[in-house]
Amino acid sequence: MGASTANFRAPGGIHPAYHKDLAAEQPIAEMPLPAMLVVSMSQHLGKPAEPTVKKGDTVLRGQVIGEAAGFISAAVHAPTSGTVKLVAAVATAAGPRATAITIVPDGEDTWVEGITPCPGWQTLDKKAIAEKIAAAGITGMGGAGFPTHVKVSPPPEAEIDTLILNGAECEPYLTADYRLMIEHAARIWEGALIIAKALEATTIRVAIEDNKPQAIAAMQDAIPAEAKDAQVVVLKTEYPQGAEKQQIFAITGREVPCGGLPLNVGIVVENVGTTLAVWEAVVNGLPLTERVTTVTGGPIATPGNVKARLGTSYADLVEFCGGTSGTISKIISGGPMMGFAQPDLACGTTKTTSGLLLLGPDAVQAYESMPCISCGRCVGVCPMKLMPNELSQFLEAEDYETAEAYNVMDCIECGCCAFECPAHRPLVQHMRRGKAQVMLIRRKQAS
Amino acid sequence: MSELAIVSSSPHAHSGSSVQRIMLDVIIALVPAMAAATYAFGWDAIRLISACVLACVASEGVSRKWMGRDLGVEDLSAVITGILLAFNLPPSLPTWMAVVGSVFAIVICKQLFGGIGYNPFNPALAGRVMLLISFPVFMTTWSTWGIPAPLAVDAITTATPLGLVKTAIATTGELPFTFNGATALQLFVGNQNGCIGEVSAAALLLGGLYMLVRRCISWHIPVAYLGTVTLFSAILWLHHPQQNLNPGFHLLAGGLMLGAIFMATDMVTSPVTKRGMLVFGAGCGLLTMLVRKWGGYPEGVSFAILLMNAVTPLINRATRPRVFGAVKKKKA
Repeated sequence: MGASTANFRAPGGIHPAYHKDLAAEQPIAEMPLPAMLVVSMSQHLGKPAEPTVKKGDTVLRGQVIGEAAGFISAAVHAPTSGTVKLVAAVATAAGPRATAITIVPDGEDTWVEGITPCPGWQTLDKKAIAEKIAAAGITGMGGAGFPTHVKVSPPPEAEIDTLILNGAECEPYLTADYRLMIEHAARIWEGALIIAKALEATTIRVAIEDNKPQAIAAMQDAIPAEAKDAQVVVLKTEYPQGAEKQQIFAITGREVPCGGLPLNVGIVVENVGTTLAVWEAVVNGLPLTERVTTVTGGPIATPGNVKARLGTSYADLVEFCGGTSGTISKIISGGPMMGFAQPDLACGTTKTTSGLLLLGPDAVQAYESMPCISCGRCVGVCPMKLMPNELSQFLEAEDYETAEAYNVMDCIECGCCAFECPAHRPLVQHMRRGKAQVMLIRRKQAS
Repeated sequence: MSELAIVSSSPHAHSGSSVQRIMLDVIIALVPAMAAATYAFGWDAIRLISACVLACVASEGVSRKWMGRDLGVEDLSAVITGILLAFNLPPSLPTWMAVVGSVFAIVICKQLFGGIGYNPFNPALAGRVMLLISFPVFMTTWSTWGIPAPLAVDAITTATPLGLVKTAIATTGELPFTFNGATALQLFVGNQNGCIGEVSAAALLLGGLYMLVRRCISWHIPVAYLGTVTLFSAILWLHHPQQNLNPGFHLLAGGLMLGAIFMATDMVTSPVTKRGMLVFGAGCGLLTMLVRKWGGYPEGVSFAILLMNAVTPLINRATRPRVFGAVKKKKA
């Protein structure tokens, strides 16, 4: 079967400068163990994990150091063997503080006992697959970090027919998923077959933007013979093609209802990195203890795609990439469109750290925000078809009721509106504040 | 690292667009029409354009300072208001009247409403209509400048082509001239009487093209506007060709091109949705033709656009896009 192109065009979208050439051709490099790892218990969407170790404990690689705390949560494993030096709250990349476990590696990198590979996964039933995924602590590695075992165990009434592998990587600068697809295409496909089995989905689609021909070719060549309906779908390069709801529409024409999930339209979307982690977890029995992060941006001496243990500090990542030159104006955890700005390099990587982007003064500008001139560009580019111009004015006036009526909760914070705004209005900031306030009001009303 | 990096909300990238750049592009787009005005009316065009621009920029700066607003005049929007107001004035208008119109446009119609982004009406058009009501004779006196027949009747009773038609139909019940290839060309290049900025359809179209390329405007409003005028005038003409000129004349005469390309497309006072823009443009076209055919004035572009400005918030509300995902939930 040949690669097909996406049939539908999701609304809105922008064409930012991609800067992917900085790191795209750098093969994944494995980083040696750093002197210290700070492993957050809040690596995913939902409740943070509960620490199961205390100061002074010795741990082995793959040992559970944080238990899943509830249904939407995920276990956290020791990224290497060593000693627990501290269990304390530290700031996460997104801002709020969460408990983190500091481990001083012993350098042996000894795996915990009881790792059971399962190359014959075909004999596993869907519950066993989901259990293996849960035991490995896998969460979505593209951005939001939704626990994967929850995604692969949909309620029985949801009939999932299609699994979409998200390889769009539409964020500028980031190339981690691109490298994974080129270097591990066959493993990703096998991971996809495993997830499809758990979902009882018959159709598998791999979504890749047309600015990544090498990845398209690699994934195309590796389509397994046993896959019945598997295809690579080429998406037009446009931000945000990697956004779940927009991608589902582009490929299938199905629209995920407001406030709903992809499973409402019979689809599950998994990031390609997550899919590879599932392969590792099921076939090799290995829990998630490392990930590939693109370390890039003007000030980075040698940008690259680094496979590092979870909890590796940003400072260590930067040093592994040859350090920096010149002034660093911004440090971003993630990509430039949706990533979180950091004051310094203190934070440690998590399961969702797709990129570490440093921007020099040439790529950062301070703007004075002006009144809206009603140019309508934000309305045109919004992939959710919202009216960011009006929403931002309601939110400035703290009129949360009207903002809710104008669907502020459907905002995916992709940043297209603020990217386009000629008046430099902080539209996404307004939306975030508005969403938080509406949630607060809803919670108050519920109690 | 000794210093902390900048922390701000995402996105950390911007398209590079700015209000100032948009305004500069509109000014650039106005250059061909300014050149055509200067060619046609000479010194009078330069006199009126500079008087309006200076008066607009000065009153914008002074009123902003008085009102304690921190923004200056650097967004260039007052320059555009000045040029567009001048474009809507007859060449013989005294300078002081042009200055009065400019101050009215900026202070009353823009700054009193809150400044850039907050004015409900197009300031230049509001200024023009104020002048038209206050100084009707001066605002409808047209100079002859060697315009060949049939668009100029004689050296004393000069009028715009639309005015000629309206008067002739009212007095004799017949059209004053026939519209053919030669008249069309005359109107297209700008060999006609009228306000200084509206004479050359060619120059205005050139500017419109530039704005389209630079994304200062989208095609929706001009196309809906011109399309509606074409349709409306075609119906009249087919129904009664003795009393109505064909759509070609209606497209090229008067302030239609200036209005459809530069005035109706003003971002602040026109809708933000594409469907809304189509409705807005169609409304402008309909109102323009109603005034031209049955109104007291020969030309209705200014009134049409101002009236549609008033309903822009309603159009925006009525044409809110269907939110992506606003579909029925099938199953939980």
